Amino acid sequence: MPKWTMVEAINHALGQELARDKRVLVFGEDVGKNGGVFRVTEGLQERYGAARVFDTPLAESAIVGTAIGMAVYGLRPVVEIQFAGFSYVSFNQIGSQATKMRYRSGGVYTVPLVIRAPFGGGVRTPELHSDNVEAFFMHLQGIKVLIPSNPYDAKGMLHAAVADPDPVFFLEHMKLYRSFRQDVPEERYLVPIGKAAVVKEGSEITVFAYGAMVQVALEAAAQWEPGVVEVIDLRTIAPLDEETIAASVNKTGRAVVVHEAARTGGVAAEVIAVINERCLYALLKPVERVTCPDMPYPVPILEDQFIPTPGRVADAIRRTLEP
Amino acid sequence: MGITLPDTVYQVLTPEGQVVGEVPHLPPGRMVELYRWMVFGRAFSDRMVALQRQGRMGTFGPLNGQEAASVGIAAPLQAEDWLVGSYREILSYFIKGVPPLAIMEVYRGYVSARYPWEARCLPIQIVLATQVLHAVGLAMAIKYDGKPDVAVGVCGEGATSEGDFNEALNFAGVFKAPAVIVVQNNCWAISVPRSAQTAAGYIAHRGPGFGVPGYIVDGNDVLAMYQVMADCVARARAGEGPSLIEALTYRMGAHTTADDPRKYRPEGEMEEWSKRDPISRFRKFLLDQNMLSEQEDRQMAEEITTEIQGVVEALESRPAQDPNQLFDNVFETATPQLESQRSEMLLRNARTLGKE
Ligand SMILES: Cc1ncc(C[n+]2csc(CCOP(=O)(O)OP(=O)(O)O)c2C)c(N)n1
Repeated sequence: MPKWTMVEAINHALGQELARDKRVLVFGEDVGKNGGVFRVTEGLQERYGAARVFDTPLAESAIVGTAIGMAVYGLRPVVEIQFAGFSYVSFNQIGSQATKMRYRSGGVYTVPLVIRAPFGGGVRTPELHSDNVEAFFMHLQGIKVLIPSNPYDAKGMLHAAVADPDPVFFLEHMKLYRSFRQDVPEERYLVPIGKAAVVKEGSEITVFAYGAMVQVALEAAAQWEPGVVEVIDLRTIAPLDEETIAASVNKTGRAVVVHEAARTGGVAAEVIAVINERCLYALLKPVERVTCPDMPYPVPILEDQFIPTPGRVADAIRRTLEP
Repeated sequence: MGITLPDTVYQVLTPEGQVVGEVPHLPPGRMVELYRWMVFGRAFSDRMVALQRQGRMGTFGPLNGQEAASVGIAAPLQAEDWLVGSYREILSYFIKGVPPLAIMEVYRGYVSARYPWEARCLPIQIVLATQVLHAVGLAMAIKYDGKPDVAVGVCGEGATSEGDFNEALNFAGVFKAPAVIVVQNNCWAISVPRSAQTAAGYIAHRGPGFGVPGYIVDGNDVLAMYQVMADCVARARAGEGPSLIEALTYRMGAHTTADDPRKYRPEGEMEEWSKRDPISRFRKFLLDQNMLSEQEDRQMAEEITTEIQGVVEALESRPAQDPNQLFDNVFETATPQLESQRSEMLLRNARTLGKE
């Protein structure tokens, strides 16, 4: 089995989708000859031609807006927004159009569209590139939001996203692109949408995380004996896997939720709402959130102060484990 | 006052019904068909306004004054072509195959309102200019698919100030998409006049800035609209790329039934434009050419009234919306969250049944 980075895993998934289905098109800014600023689409234009893998003018609303038209027609566009920090420009087309077409047409017209975007901090990008935008999209109706934390999931989740009959927002954490390699099957396989993964089992406390924070949570959890801290990778942010969340907290009675995005109105708030609805009587302590503060993403030299660290997560676990 | 059109405007019939350009080669029966659609459009619009006043219809935006442009946009299209417009384009949609009942259902507030897929018209757009990008995307897909079809995107002149309109023109040009982008310049965007949307004299002039030919047409002249549209569609079909058409017309009604134009419309403007009424202009031509008689015209009007009455009756005999359907079509398969919210609502409804 090949050992791939997340960039390689996503690149192979895109190549396979292009190879197996003529309806799949890949486009965005610099995705053609350049293979994307992170090389996620490297070699795809060469192999599948400029009619199927191409650069567009610099206009994020138009990338998504034209992709909606193509998807309605019956194609399967997979578009790239160069950085999630620039996805705001496409927000109207996603929020008022892609997500509402099926509903507004009574199911006659549909938008099987995948929007990929690199996001997240810790890689010293210039200002305004690193925004963690997932909660905005989670709050929309009619779109699924996927955030893989490793190469294996990235490939399987991307295949599932392309196969999905509705819009999918697929966020790729920049720090994970090349941070580690993993065994990844070459053949096409699907990691189901809407299913979280228990990445480490434990009986005393559950730590929820996704994207790059899964590694941070695992590092924090390593400070305890195996079997104490359970770590759950949410993987799909919308719709949340409420069953897995509830089953775990009903077992452990304690929880910490970690994310890189700002705290207010974030994914953690939603996870805690699920815990409140489904696990209140099992809870032994208040649920803690470990997140970035409610402020603009800072300049690179302050990043490390800002993003949750294993130490901060471990502190939260320790407080929550106290009787 | 008087209204002057630019020298470059394309016109076939003057407001007085005098032929000044080349009349499209259409059989007389087809000419009368175009006319019938125009009359139908106005009657439908008037009936919708009347129903709204009686509390039998939701807020509606009348199309009066824009019948020639609307008919000219849709009449040259083939079944396989796509047409994507706003709330103002319902007459074009009828011609393309969207049943009037489907539109009434939307305005009456049914969520399951459906257009047949075969009509190839996307839900009438509310969020200004977004649809023009969808049309260009459809055109790019058609080109990729190697089909000889065309996608048409329509919006008002106010919508041309939105980024999406300009991005759509740019993408259409760069990808040489088989698209026709039409602007119905009806002089007003709710209360804001055309002159407050752009410092440029004509929106069509923006086309060449994007490498797309632009045409200015007398939008109250159905024959001119038909001809320019047919030419642009033919160019797109032949692989010669997109075009931009600006139809100069006038919104003779209110913006919607919730609007009162007396607040902002200069005195006398409506009267000036009434002299350019698209329906009376074309009627005069048809009568002059003996393609239509006064008696046929009256009979047609009666038939249309009956036809629309039939649609209203069909609408009003529809069973009430099943609340269960409210949750359909968010996704192909509802999420567990949606399913539980659906059950929550059904349970609540069952409990309150008979108590209220
Ligand atoms: C993006 C957006 N902004 C504002 C509105 C509110 N609005 C609805 S119609 C309208 C005026 C549109 O004018 P125009 O494009 O000229 O079309 P017309 O209504 O005259 O046909 C406005 C401001 C909207 N629907 N969408």
